[in-house]
Amino acid sequence: MPPIDQIIRESQIWKSIFRHPAPVDRRNRVVVMLTNFFLHLHPVSIKKQGIALSFTWCMGGITFFLFLVETVTGVLLMFYYRPTLEWAYADITALRDVASLGILREVHRWAAHAMVITVWLHMYRVFLTGSYKPPREFNWVIGVILLLLTLLLSFTGYLLPWDQLAIWAITVGSNMARATPILGHEGPGAALLTLDGIDMITNASDARFGLLGARFVGEETLNRFYVLHCIAIPLGAALLMAIHFWRIRKDGGISGPL
Amino acid sequence: MHGHNTAEFLDGVSGFIGCFYLSLAAMNATAALYLWQTGKARSYFKVAGLTITTAHLWLAVALIFTVMGGIALGGMAGLLSLPIGLRAALDNIMGPMTYTLGSLVILTVLYLGRSFFVKPIVAWAGLNLSLLFMGLSLTDYDFAQIVTKPDNVPIVAMVYLLAYFTWLSAYRAVENDKRIANGQGPLESEDDEKILVWPDLVYTELICMIVLTVVLLVWAVALQAPLEEPASAVKTPNPSKAPWYFLGLQEMLVYYDPWMAGVVLPSMVVFGLMAIPYIDFNKAGNGYYTINERKFAYLTFQFGFLVLWVTLIVMGTFLRGPNWNFFGFYETWDAHKVEALNNVDLSEYFWVRIFGVGRPQAPEGAGTLQSIGWILVRESPGIVCLIGYFAFLPPAMVLYSKFFRKMFIQMGFLRFMVLSNLILMMALLPIKMLARWSSLNMKYFISIPEYFLNF
Ligand code: HEM
Repeated sequence: MPPIDQIIRESQIWKSIFRHPAPVDRRNRVVVMLTNFFLHLHPVSIKKQGIALSFTWCMGGITFFLFLVETVTGVLLMFYYRPTLEWAYADITALRDVASLGILREVHRWAAHAMVITVWLHMYRVFLTGSYKPPREFNWVIGVILLLLTLLLSFTGYLLPWDQLAIWAITVGSNMARATPILGHEGPGAALLTLDGIDMITNASDARFGLLGARFVGEETLNRFYVLHCIAIPLGAALLMAIHFWRIRKDGGISGPL
Repeated sequence: MHGHNTAEFLDGVSGFIGCFYLSLAAMNATAALYLWQTGKARSYFKVAGLTITTAHLWLAVALIFTVMGGIALGGMAGLLSLPIGLRAALDNIMGPMTYTLGSLVILTVLYLGRSFFVKPIVAWAGLNLSLLFMGLSLTDYDFAQIVTKPDNVPIVAMVYLLAYFTWLSAYRAVENDKRIANGQGPLESEDDEKILVWPDLVYTELICMIVLTVVLLVWAVALQAPLEEPASAVKTPNPSKAPWYFLGLQEMLVYYDPWMAGVVLPSMVVFGLMAIPYIDFNKAGNGYYTINERKFAYLTFQFGFLVLWVTLIVMGTFLRGPNWNFFGFYETWDAHKVEALNNVDLSEYFWVRIFGVGRPQAPEGAGTLQSIGWILVRESPGIVCLIGYFAFLPPAMVLYSKFFRKMFIQMGFLRFMVLSNLILMMALLPIKMLARWSSLNMKYFISIPEYFLNF
């Protein structure tokens, strides 16, 4: 009888899932990269220094991996968590005390912190190797937006536990929007926007109100941040990452000396 | 020091500190083993027929750390502390000014002496010293309190990661610069052989993912995510801090009004970062580490990232306490600490202190336009300074500095204006800091509270 793994590999089911034989020889190692959906993100062959850890620090890849960890743990957290004043805090406590896998929230939070750090390190590496220079200028720009989205993801998530740490950090952070020039009710120039002596920009119509959905951090804010955190920003980030990865290939792969 | 029992506290931490020293010992022993095995150990001198090498050095360090670990595990962690007098002295000289200028000076020294500091033996010694300092400080209640707060642990990790990667990049850059000076290509050009992604890259990625998963799981089991009391809109915690990655911006609130610190400057950071590839016209240094070939870009970026972004975050996290007052490493966060605030606006200096007249003021019953006119007169010194700074400095730089003239010719008008204004904007923060700390105690250059416009 042939070995069990061979039986599996030659079964119709296996062959229907993986469109190529086991990558044991050179030809099949090339084919596997071309025919597998996940692997086709990569080129078939690459310059040796492009994958040297001492060159890329693998930081972009680690950031992406952490994003995936956040997605998976985030979905699991969403099973338990209800974004209302009544339940938010209680659900978070229950996650620690009652839910099985009691470290779900921990993994999510620490991976979020780690992701902020690794994005910075990735940007640092890209700068230090001058990899933003032509033809990669625009991928750097996409990267900056990804950096911003990463920070906003972290910021919107900070509010969700609805404890003292959460609402006051968001209060401090969003108070600054009150002072947006022209558009914040305590910002320079806001007084210029008046119609017949009635102020257009008040604490119920300024930039901060738009951000919080209310005049202070309350239930509307919780809902708004929840939607931003779980849907809007991740979708935006995923789209930009797709473009980011695509551009790496189109711009000629990982940079190297010319 | 109040509200806690020192002996009890030391009991609680000694296990952790013991393990900390033991892992340092393991770290150094590994280094010694590595140097010995690979034959990379350098020999220094001979004692009684035995050649003393770097491997022996790190082995000795490992032994010392082992003894220290034993002492701590034996419950005498208190012995392994910095003297109280030294701690008090460190707290005394610490302040926003010593901290910021000190970081700047240290980074400058590291930069200038980079070919010395990147040597592995020097960098390793530096790492050991900084970890020793951490260990000795951890027996201090106030220090431990802040550094081991669950949300602050990542920041400690970040500082070490940044230090490591800054070293790694500088190490490679120094090496490359030497090679380039000798007419060789950079290290990176040695490895331009093409290899297959399966298995090399795919397996690296797999191992990387497994290691990271383990790290995350261990971290999650060891440290519980913080959860404070339920939110309450009436109980304001003191200090109220933004999430840690925004603490640099919060720190800027000391020097700028919210519309600058919270809106304009962050937008400029984002815009400035995006502009980098379009401003930097230097073709050299694309795809390899180098410092000499792009000194100006390197220094500008490091100033923005390490000094203005990272050190301010570290200060905001560890050294800013209740009421956003500054506290040294070993100082108790006392909510009643008062700091004299007698900052003065530029217009006050100009009209009152220099000319001895009152600040110009619109007459009673003046219309809107008229009072705006008076305000402009009142704030004219600051307005003139600012216009001079942003409008006249860039052309002056071109006229009087050869370096910037060459740059201007290569970059063209628009690029140069964007670059010079971004740099002037960055430089404004330290200028404002200096104006505040010096005996000037400057508050705002332009102060128009009537329209929420302070600068
Ligand atoms: C969520 C955030 C991000 C993810 C997941 C990500 C992912 C990646 C990955 C996997 C690579 C391949 C090489 C490597 O790992 O170093 C890469 C390259 C690159 N990234 Fe990012 N990145 C992110 C953010 C950024 C940021 C913030 C910047 C810059 C401001 C940036 C600019 C670039 C550039 C220019 C390259 C090409 C580098 C080269 O060819 O050497 N990325 N990115």
